[in-house]
Amino acid sequence: MLLVENGRIVEDRYLRILDDAPIPDRVPVIVPASRLLADAPELIRRDGSLGVLWPNDRRVAELEPWLGHLALIALVFPKFRDGRAYSQARLLRETYGFRGTLRAIGDVLRDQFNFLVRAGFDSFEVKKPADAKAFAEVLGRYSVHYQSSADGRAPALRRRLRSDATPKFHETV
Amino acid sequence: MYVYDAFDRTLVAERVAEFRDQVARRLSGELTEEEFKPLRLMNGVYLQLHAYMLRVAIPYGTLSSAQLRRLAEVARKYDRGYGHFTTRQNLQFHWIKLEELPDAMAALAEAGLHGMQTSGNCVRNITTDQWAGVAPDELEDPRIWAELIRQHVTLHPEFSFMPRKFKIAVGSSLHDRAALRIHDLALRLHRNGAGESGFEVMVGGGLGRTPFLAKTIKPFLPKRDVLSYVEAVLRTYNQFGRRDNIYKARIKILVHELGVEAFAKEVEAEWQSIKDGALALDPGAASEIAGRFIYPDYKRLDDSPTMLTQARRADAGFDAWMINSVANHKVSGYAIVTLSLKPEGGTPGDATAAQMDAIADLADRYSFGEVRVGHEQNLTLPHVAQRDLHEVWRALNAIGVATPNVGLVSDIIACPGLDYCSLANARSIPIAQEITRRFSKLDLQRDLGRLHINISGCINACGHHHVGHIGILGVEKNGEEFYQITLGGKADSDAKLGTLIGPAVPYAKVADVVEDIAAAYLELRERPDELFIDTVKRLGVEPFRERVYAAR
Repeated sequence: MLLVENGRIVEDRYLRILDDAPIPDRVPVIVPASRLLADAPELIRRDGSLGVLWPNDRRVAELEPWLGHLALIALVFPKFRDGRAYSQARLLRETYGFRGTLRAIGDVLRDQFNFLVRAGFDSFEVKKPADAKAFAEVLGRYSVHYQSSADGRAPALRRRLRSDATPKFHETV
Repeated sequence: MYVYDAFDRTLVAERVAEFRDQVARRLSGELTEEEFKPLRLMNGVYLQLHAYMLRVAIPYGTLSSAQLRRLAEVARKYDRGYGHFTTRQNLQFHWIKLEELPDAMAALAEAGLHGMQTSGNCVRNITTDQWAGVAPDELEDPRIWAELIRQHVTLHPEFSFMPRKFKIAVGSSLHDRAALRIHDLALRLHRNGAGESGFEVMVGGGLGRTPFLAKTIKPFLPKRDVLSYVEAVLRTYNQFGRRDNIYKARIKILVHELGVEAFAKEVEAEWQSIKDGALALDPGAASEIAGRFIYPDYKRLDDSPTMLTQARRADAGFDAWMINSVANHKVSGYAIVTLSLKPEGGTPGDATAAQMDAIADLADRYSFGEVRVGHEQNLTLPHVAQRDLHEVWRALNAIGVATPNVGLVSDIIACPGLDYCSLANARSIPIAQEITRRFSKLDLQRDLGRLHINISGCINACGHHHVGHIGILGVEKNGEEFYQITLGGKADSDAKLGTLIGPAVPYAKVADVVEDIAAAYLELRERPDELFIDTVKRLGVEPFRERVYAAR
């Protein structure tokens, strides 16, 4: 398992805290959702970046009061096929305006990278080292897409409507 | 028809490149079959009983002659010289080799064809009325909206790993020819009291082992909001749809378990938060899409030209076909021609490469280069001048696609069944073939009138048996093929699920049972023009049950 951020393989600065373990000061930590909801007032006063691991079957609306204090939210893909966290990511970015780090964890493989980036993730715990190394190459696969989403790139429809983006050719097939 | 521009082409080409890489990684063993499966499925590639199957999307059922020729070429080069048109306006190749798939896809991509999202837990090919743009009873061309939604959901970053597949249909006519209420999400264009056009939104329809008809959750949705509303429905489903049991994962179960009001409320709340954002349609968006649909440059012609009337009088075979297979066009002097892919003893929906090439040529000569695919597994030439009909009929007859049985008992809808499909419990195709032989006499078929038989080889219901006037469902009993028979289903504007008439019957008896049902109808109908479906509605299934089981 390797962590990818900004297109590069990086060391994980965050310490993963289990349910009842003590939390050291001045160290970036990721706490479980239950811990955050139980000890939030205390945790947000603490010195050091705070992250939360949020399960994919819990509404992200519950996180709203704490979003300003969270440096990172880790969303889970228990299986490649289970895409609930894509919706959670877009809601956090687009509806709740979360600007911190969104980390994808779990069954994260290369064929999800494009979807993940476009849904608003910017940190990736990649399961296979070969996939992590191929990150930049995989992201370069698509130069166009049809819909607007959390990564802010203009969708085809809007690019087409701009006069400078008139398609160059109209071939009949 | 819709003309691809540089964006569309680039995306499809990039998709083929990505799939080529995925196939290479599968062949090298870098990807396990389990990891490869969702990737190939999202490109329309299934692993079936004998080989890989490639399902090619024909968005809203519209094909250019060049595309049809390309399908013929792929059928010849990479398959066994034929293709199978499905109930979802797709075409399937059943004999493709994995290592040749990327090349086959690249060949299709050159013609603007692809298998993207014809499978997998994503939004599938958007379907509509095969007579879109030409039907006299249409409010406006629904394909503009189908295309807009198709683009929006193609490789959508949020909705590519939903609990289960998601089927969307768009309709715009008085008579529903798109089977709207059996879709996960259906949009029906209509006018409100103020004369504005917008969509009725229906959700939660679907067949399979728990059939439901879609329920209306929004009677009128302004056009500007169509993408945001679709997004809100998909987001609600993606988050809350069940993932614990594949048989309970479709949106129909979520709608059923939450209740339609609660579901609608959840969608409404989500929609309110996004409706005025990036997805609100600019006034120019729909016309931008509409501008890339090419419409024929029709000539000014009169209806019923003299030569047509004369030919009909002189040629009984032609006249029978005219009555059966030709429908009114919205432009005077033109007609909509249905090509029957249901010859006696044939496989419903199959077309050979030679037939595809010939149909493409006829489309060029007589139908402005356009062909349509309908959910009944027949093809359509949508813009034939009435004065050309006699010539067109002779040409269609010569290639075996002018059987005048459209809408009749031998125009059977059937899935591939156990002859191809690894999910099937029983065969569908030989059942259909035997029924067409039993009813080979056209006089008998005409006497029986409109009668839709739908056959599925398993509970997944690809043959839409629940909505057949006579529905036939293959099941397995102690290793043998048995068939449940339902009556009274229909997929039109007044959609209804069929009623089971009794215990399943063995393979060898199915055609006998259908004959019994047909004979019972002829005795029971009030007058010759009371349709089969209306007799079943009036009397229920009981008299048919008696007839079928009394003898057995």
